[in-house]
Amino acid sequence: MTGTGKLLRLILRRDRVILPLWVFLLGILPQVYLSSFEKIFTTDAERLDYAHLGAANAGFVALYGLLPGDSMGELVVWRAGFVPVMIGLITLLTVIRHTRADEEAGRSDLIRATVVGRWAQLAAALLATMLGSLVMGLIVTASMIGGGQPAGGSVAFGVLFTLSGWIFAGVAAIAAQLTSSARGARMIAVLVLGAAYVLRLGGDISAQGDGRLEWLSWLSPIGWVQRIFPYGANDWWPAVLGLLFTVASLGVAGYLLTRRDLGAGLLASRLGPAHAGPGLSSPFGLAWRLHRGLLLGWTGGFAALGLVFGGVGGSVVQIAESSSGVADTFAKIGGAGSITDAYFTSTAGICGLIIALYAIQACLRIRDEEQSGHAELILGTAVRRTAWAGGHLFFALLGPAVAMAVEGALAGATFGDFGPVLGASLAQLPAVWVLGSVAVLLIGVLPRFAGVAWGAVAVCLLLLLFGELVEFPQWVMDVSPFTHVPQLPGADFTVVPEMVLVLIAAAVGGAGLTALRRRDIPA
Amino acid sequence: MTEAIDVEGLIKRFGKVTALDGLDLKVRTGEVHGFLGPNGAGKTTTIRVLLGLMRHDGGSARLLGGDPWADATNLHKRLAYVPGDVTFWPNLTGGEVIDLLGRLRGGLDPKRRDDLIERFELDPRKKGRTYSKGNRQKVALIAALASDVELLLLDEPTSGLDPLMEEVFREVILQEKRRGDRTVLLSSHILAEVEALCDRLTIIRDGRSVESGTLDELRHLTRTTIRAELTGPVNGLADLAGVHDLISTDGRVTFDVDAEALEPALKSLVAAGVRSLVSQPPSLEELFLRHYTRGEAGSAK
Repeated sequence: MTGTGKLLRLILRRDRVILPLWVFLLGILPQVYLSSFEKIFTTDAERLDYAHLGAANAGFVALYGLLPGDSMGELVVWRAGFVPVMIGLITLLTVIRHTRADEEAGRSDLIRATVVGRWAQLAAALLATMLGSLVMGLIVTASMIGGGQPAGGSVAFGVLFTLSGWIFAGVAAIAAQLTSSARGARMIAVLVLGAAYVLRLGGDISAQGDGRLEWLSWLSPIGWVQRIFPYGANDWWPAVLGLLFTVASLGVAGYLLTRRDLGAGLLASRLGPAHAGPGLSSPFGLAWRLHRGLLLGWTGGFAALGLVFGGVGGSVVQIAESSSGVADTFAKIGGAGSITDAYFTSTAGICGLIIALYAIQACLRIRDEEQSGHAELILGTAVRRTAWAGGHLFFALLGPAVAMAVEGALAGATFGDFGPVLGASLAQLPAVWVLGSVAVLLIGVLPRFAGVAWGAVAVCLLLLLFGELVEFPQWVMDVSPFTHVPQLPGADFTVVPEMVLVLIAAAVGGAGLTALRRRDIPA
Repeated sequence: MTEAIDVEGLIKRFGKVTALDGLDLKVRTGEVHGFLGPNGAGKTTTIRVLLGLMRHDGGSARLLGGDPWADATNLHKRLAYVPGDVTFWPNLTGGEVIDLLGRLRGGLDPKRRDDLIERFELDPRKKGRTYSKGNRQKVALIAALASDVELLLLDEPTSGLDPLMEEVFREVILQEKRRGDRTVLLSSHILAEVEALCDRLTIIRDGRSVESGTLDELRHLTRTTIRAELTGPVNGLADLAGVHDLISTDGRVTFDVDAEALEPALKSLVAAGVRSLVSQPPSLEELFLRHYTRGEAGSAK
């Protein structure tokens, strides 16, 4: 591991903006929740109301996890329940960026040729990420204690955040050894993260009802860290489980590293056809080849999500039957209609927000192709820029539609209320397309900042997470296109807002395409 | 149309940086034209303007009689481009990329494709991510050469090829040349390649053309090195315009002489009596070095 220290400094230099940013922002997030809760809940009774509601709302449980108690600390931990997923995503991307992505780009050859040990690059990437997670955890602990919360629970809360980062740094370390492309490694690691989230979600919602599938949560690393239950049980042994998982995955990654050549993956590339099939003769045919894996992955993931959402829908009915008070309150805030309607409204909303990531990913492929020099090859032939970009946009438009249709159909069929549940999922699409069109606009007008499109989803997610807590003015909430989607299946379907969203998406996307047609394609 | 590429006073700016500063480039139909210049001189930028990937800020550019920006798609049916740094999709095989690019240009000759694959010793079944730089370049070259197009734009096409494959490349280009109807713009750093293939060449520096013409014409512009042993003292040689770096010791003289001063210089040598004479024509290397190196050597004509 000679040279790890120097490589660590290199990583810290390269990430000097982004690393402190996520460490600080995510670390301070619980404190933001705490102070806003303290403002909102002026009496204990208000807080208890909210806690009971949250504990029973299947949509909330799907998003955040179980809420075992009603203390202020537990409420904050629960409300930050989606943050471990965000931490996992950031840490796995960081580790792969500094391992497999460097290797694929050939930067590692340069580095490995100097006096640097075999494991040094992996070790440095892991050290940077895990130190970042540790500091983030310390910020959580310090800020929560500073906010007047019990020290023991605050430490456990910090451990929850830190471990979330460590576990997925380990997952990414293994994924980075498997494939020779960073894209493939990212796909594997994100798939593991997605599976962990879905398992946790299924187990937790089942735990609310009959509990038959609660064991699902114990298959998920996200389930483990949440079962530390800071400020409540303060259980240490799920944390030990997470720590053991981290150590084991690091060991596996280190071992796999010795079993492969630099630049190669463990999953070997096979030979392919010597001639192109008849389909590969247009920009669209190429786009299909480039997007089909992604489409399949997202659709598969959303099929699983649909089965889980539909399957646990029954538990929601049980909860409603067991406590009528909850049902009343729930119906009040969840819009018109029954408790299951409100549940499927919120699951559709969650799915819409997640699938917007896919839409943006598919749109940004245009920029990827440009940066990697692939676009130059295509645009050097008799292919119009709009046709080239259009091939990718086709999948950005229809890919999310396919995934949402599959999710809605399976959720509806499993639950036994096909049409309305499917409709609720499909109703999200115009909002998804608006977010995708933001990416197209950025690609056309400010290509160097195209990645900012991810920020658009982050804003919508933050509005969802903070929205009703901070009580933003309505115009702030209106920024998110998801605010304007009709609250199906409970509410009536309204055509106008959906049409307006589609028109906005078309106008913004069209402006982006026009700009793309007129600008330079830089080398 | 006698000129496949006609660029005059081309200007391209990136923010405050001027990449092309009044560049001229004329390529006649049917010729192989060498395009030379130090790194960062603007070769690739020029090609990208010609491909309609970039707009220019001034001057004019015509390609196959059309506007490279406005008529890009139609013009691209008649040309093939090989970028200097070829990358392609990790999950497509070399054979698939060759077919795809050929079809997107409007079709390629399957016999010629297979012939080229054999001559370049390419395994078309490998996936993009497993090819070396040289093999990626072969893929792009085969796709370009197998297309029936009028113009080939090749940006340092042999920079990753081994000497054997470089030789194959030369043979193929010479074959193209014999056909007589294909125009090739070849940006290169390999002097022997330029010498072997190009009819005419253009040397650019800092976004400007500094020389253009046939190799012989360009040679004419540079100095010949003369070494002579003389029987008597030579007079007036040092004062002759066009004679440079004269060293005279014990009846031996060594000097560089401009082409136009060659005759008077030789006359004065003959007048002094010549025992032996060695005349060295300017090598291509010297030609390049004169233009590549900055400072007075580059600006002297």
